[in-house]
Amino acid sequence: MEPLFQFFNNLFPFISDWPEWLAHTVVGVVTVLLLFGFVALFALFAIWLERKISAHMQDRLGPMEVGGWHGWAQPIADAIKLLVKEDIIPAMADRTLFKLAPVIVFTAALAGFAVLPWSQDFIPADLNVGLLYILSVSSFAVIGLLMGGWASNNKWSLYGAMRAASQMISYEIPVALALLAVIMNAGTMSMRHLVIAQSGNILDWNVFNFFPLTAVAFFIYFVASLAEVNRTPFDLPEGESELVGGFHTEYSSMRFAFFFLGEYANMYIVSAIATTVFLGGWLAPFEALNFIPGPIWFVGKAMTLVFIQMWLRWTLPRLRVDQLMYTCWKVLTPFSFAIILLIGLWKVL
Amino acid sequence: MIGFYTVLLFILTGAFLVSFTVALSRFLAPTKDYPEKHIPYECGELPQGEAWIQFNNRFYIVALIFLIFDVEVIFMYPWAVVFNDMGLLAFIEMFIFIFILLVGLAYVWVKGDLDWIKPKPRLEHLAKAKGE
Repeated sequence: MEPLFQFFNNLFPFISDWPEWLAHTVVGVVTVLLLFGFVALFALFAIWLERKISAHMQDRLGPMEVGGWHGWAQPIADAIKLLVKEDIIPAMADRTLFKLAPVIVFTAALAGFAVLPWSQDFIPADLNVGLLYILSVSSFAVIGLLMGGWASNNKWSLYGAMRAASQMISYEIPVALALLAVIMNAGTMSMRHLVIAQSGNILDWNVFNFFPLTAVAFFIYFVASLAEVNRTPFDLPEGESELVGGFHTEYSSMRFAFFFLGEYANMYIVSAIATTVFLGGWLAPFEALNFIPGPIWFVGKAMTLVFIQMWLRWTLPRLRVDQLMYTCWKVLTPFSFAIILLIGLWKVL
Repeated sequence: MIGFYTVLLFILTGAFLVSFTVALSRFLAPTKDYPEKHIPYECGELPQGEAWIQFNNRFYIVALIFLIFDVEVIFMYPWAVVFNDMGLLAFIEMFIFIFILLVGLAYVWVKGDLDWIKPKPRLEHLAKAKGE
């Protein structure tokens, strides 16, 4: 039995009377809709938060008017505006690929949510290859970005898409290797069991394992994940000041909104992976805090990492393309290999 | 296996939600169409030629290296899962495997394919053969 299915079964006992396929389909679709709602809410909140953080770090106020208190309704107004904007497809564009690109980017992001463990019971699909699955699904985004950039038939878009492709595929290697360091110890790829293996207090979390080796792995993962989701200092694919938006220059209306949603969903996903693998997932740091439910810890830890991503945006300047490649292939990759070898040595000796 | 069915539901429902919302915005949004709206954006100028041109794509070698390393990572994940049970034997075997790939990385590094400006190949023997 899937933990999620049991979770819904406890809430609504009558689903156990339904035929199995119907019950699983209904539970699955309801979960997707719930998570879609979460993604949309998170994106709205994160957009507001990012604008406020950016503003305050630059000694401005940011949105203050819409909705009264500190402009909290600004992202809602923006979303409605995007919904009623005219949808323009450039005349020379490859129409099929142009329409397909946002679907792929957003679906890949949403599919990543399938294996995130919110608590002991609430995990949509507890795959035994969970971590590998989430890595492979999130790399689908590259195809979407490349498709969108190429299909637009715009020079800015093409440059942005090419940069996105070379950046995202390069940084996949350090991401995968840094996570591998933890799997070697835990001996499982299931997101749920990875967290259960960290039970105890804060010192049992993987980030403090084999000190300081996994801490360095965590750092490598965090840096590389910034590049995976195109955040500053690795935001070359969309660098506003040089590429006027990069791969999504030609997109407007809801198609643009879905690129944006997918981007924010990915920010949350990489933070959630870091939380699951390194920071103890839904577990409380101390036994005494166990009364606070798991999902609050999980979202809280992930949101902290999202905050750090926004903070870094106003702290670090954008890298050059060659510096980007240097960081990936000459710094992060050799270091993550070294960590894997050191942890392996530590364990066999 | 039921987990993979849930994943399938995620993908199908996700694709449906995107298409549905885009279609919804088609109904809600006004359409005031004129040809100028469909010109690719090039900072207000009329676009010069197509964007589907050939250009010097740096780091294309990186795509090849990525392919090799990605396959390697796929091999290493199952290895990492059973590492606790296999112990020293698994460690030595994987060490040899990683070592061979790292030699490849070192070769690319020295050859300069990871740099923006690739060093010119040294062709002293060619110059000698020409008698210069």
